[in-house]
Amino acid sequence: MPKAAIDSTVVKQQRTLYEKVWDAHVVSHEPGSPAILYIDLHLVHEVTSPQAFQGLRDRGIGVRRPDRTQATMDHSIPTRDQALPILDAIAAKQVEQLRINCREFGVPLADLGDQAQGIVHVIGPELGLTRPGITVVCGDSHTSTHGAFGALAFGIGTTEVEHVLATQCLLQNRSKTCEVRFSGLPAAGVTAKDLILALISKIGIGGGTGYVFEYTGEAIRALSMEGRMTVCNMSIEGGARAGMVAPDDATFEFLADKPRSPKGADWDAAVARWRDLPTDEGAVYDRIVHLDASRLEPMVTWGTNPGMGVAISQPVPEPNGDLGVRKALDYMSIEPGKPLLGQPVDVVFIGSCTNSRISDLREAARLIQGRKVSPGVRMLVVPGSERVRAQAEAEGLADVFRQAGADWRAAGCSMCIAMNGDQLNAGQYCVSTSNRNFEGRQGKGGRTFLASPLTAAASAIQGAVADPRQFVVEGAR
Amino acid sequence: MQPVTRFRGKAVPLPVTDVDTDQIIPARFLKTIEKLGLGGNLFNDWRFLPDGSPNRDFVLNQPRAEDASILLAGDNFGCGSSREHAPWALLGFGFRAVVSTSFADIFRNNCLKNGLLPIQVDGATHSRLFQLAEEDHGLELTVDLASQELRLPGGSTVRFPIDRFSKQCLLEGGDQLSYIQQRMDVIVAYERSSPNLLSTLA
Repeated sequence: MPKAAIDSTVVKQQRTLYEKVWDAHVVSHEPGSPAILYIDLHLVHEVTSPQAFQGLRDRGIGVRRPDRTQATMDHSIPTRDQALPILDAIAAKQVEQLRINCREFGVPLADLGDQAQGIVHVIGPELGLTRPGITVVCGDSHTSTHGAFGALAFGIGTTEVEHVLATQCLLQNRSKTCEVRFSGLPAAGVTAKDLILALISKIGIGGGTGYVFEYTGEAIRALSMEGRMTVCNMSIEGGARAGMVAPDDATFEFLADKPRSPKGADWDAAVARWRDLPTDEGAVYDRIVHLDASRLEPMVTWGTNPGMGVAISQPVPEPNGDLGVRKALDYMSIEPGKPLLGQPVDVVFIGSCTNSRISDLREAARLIQGRKVSPGVRMLVVPGSERVRAQAEAEGLADVFRQAGADWRAAGCSMCIAMNGDQLNAGQYCVSTSNRNFEGRQGKGGRTFLASPLTAAASAIQGAVADPRQFVVEGAR
Repeated sequence: MQPVTRFRGKAVPLPVTDVDTDQIIPARFLKTIEKLGLGGNLFNDWRFLPDGSPNRDFVLNQPRAEDASILLAGDNFGCGSSREHAPWALLGFGFRAVVSTSFADIFRNNCLKNGLLPIQVDGATHSRLFQLAEEDHGLELTVDLASQELRLPGGSTVRFPIDRFSKQCLLEGGDQLSYIQQRMDVIVAYERSSPNLLSTLA
């Protein structure tokens, strides 16, 4: 680790991954106050930053460390033809404001048309900015994604964005730790998305409040870095402050050729430091949750929060007097007591910071190749970044989607948050690889079933919620 | 931020659990570059019918919500997105405190930084408050931050938790950023002692 912590608490002998990263970033910790935590990397996007930049202007101060700040635009941008002017005047103004702010304060910006542009949580790792042992924040709750590399990464509000822009630090209280252990290996057709949906269904959406998760176990070790990002991405949907995975050879291999990764002797020194990050033998977590990955099935949500999920072959639960379940069933207009399999869908969305990386697109394309999207179903495939888009086009994946009848788009958040015109109409059903099925999340009155890219692709073909295991999928995980 | 000390206000009940920030302020209203002006769209899709007219069944459209400043909310209020637009919208509508058994992490932080008081109570108190709000549509409560007390009609009080630092900032209307800025020498010393291999600049 870079330095000894200046902390009022005693540094323990055996520490968890979270504790090591926390200790190394505590700048000062006075009794009765939160710690001042140093932030290594601050990611910025157009929606949660304008008021923070305005705050700097009002105070007459600048961005303290532009070299630790990276901006991009992703939430409110169109994904159809990004070279055209943005038609939504309010969105156009917000996007233009980010350009003005980045220019005025010297913050690097991956603008539309730049090959580094994309969803903020896709581009950080892609650029090699996200690394083991660092602290990462962004005004976006899915910042937990970056924890896949053994970083401490979490979402913050706009006031805190201003704090980090001004000082490169945040006031933080230490979280409790929770080991989430996935033992065993999942069966074919069961993916990273299914692991995390199964966890949230088990603990509920407030189940992790106050904790930082560390994902461990055979199933996590076997995941690709992209799969680990999918798992960590949805930590917040379980209420956790962050989710982390200890770095290993898969982590180092992923980072080795990234543009901003350390090079030469710096790389060797970095890897040596990173190897000290995993939780020490004998370190104690405040809580442990265990799931047997070998017993999991593909998961699908039936309700209006990410904790309302079931194994795809299992029935949607009866309300049994639970008003929340009743309200969700009414909104979704589905019947309890039977599985969702066969439920007709109008739209299939593959994309978002959860599942828009190249491996997600490869899996979906492998399933969909040579088949057709069911007539009447609108399928939207939105790559997570310009790099992913270019790679998918070079590999022929875009053609597979287009030939199947899907709409292939440019990079952005798109229908995950429905700020850019990509949205459901009231009453429509959508199988979506995104992270939230809240009421109206994908468009006012829209109804969302969260699932993996494989389940989404299978459902697009069948025109209804479908089990991907009926299609032969070799080597998919 | 205006100091938060002691106030008496009308309480309005919203007995829904797991209210997410997409309900508090739907994403399509986040294209603004301002903090003000969001109150009109608070709970927009519950508050207004598809034709834009007020949904009379929704509590904020009922007479008892007039001048209400305390929201009685269900468990796990404010889950989901990190949007600070959620507390901005609640404040814009006129709320000064939200009472629940639990709050989502980021939402609670955002509230404390904007002078919107998240008041956490136990399950029994929570049920009692909802019952009182049903019996009396003009229910008024007194919030006293200094003593960390919520005063119910009849004079009984319930103590609520809040960390010392946030409490002090709220009482003084103080700015948390200035606390960090006053310790800049320690931050600079930290940076000097740590190797920096990370740069976003090409």
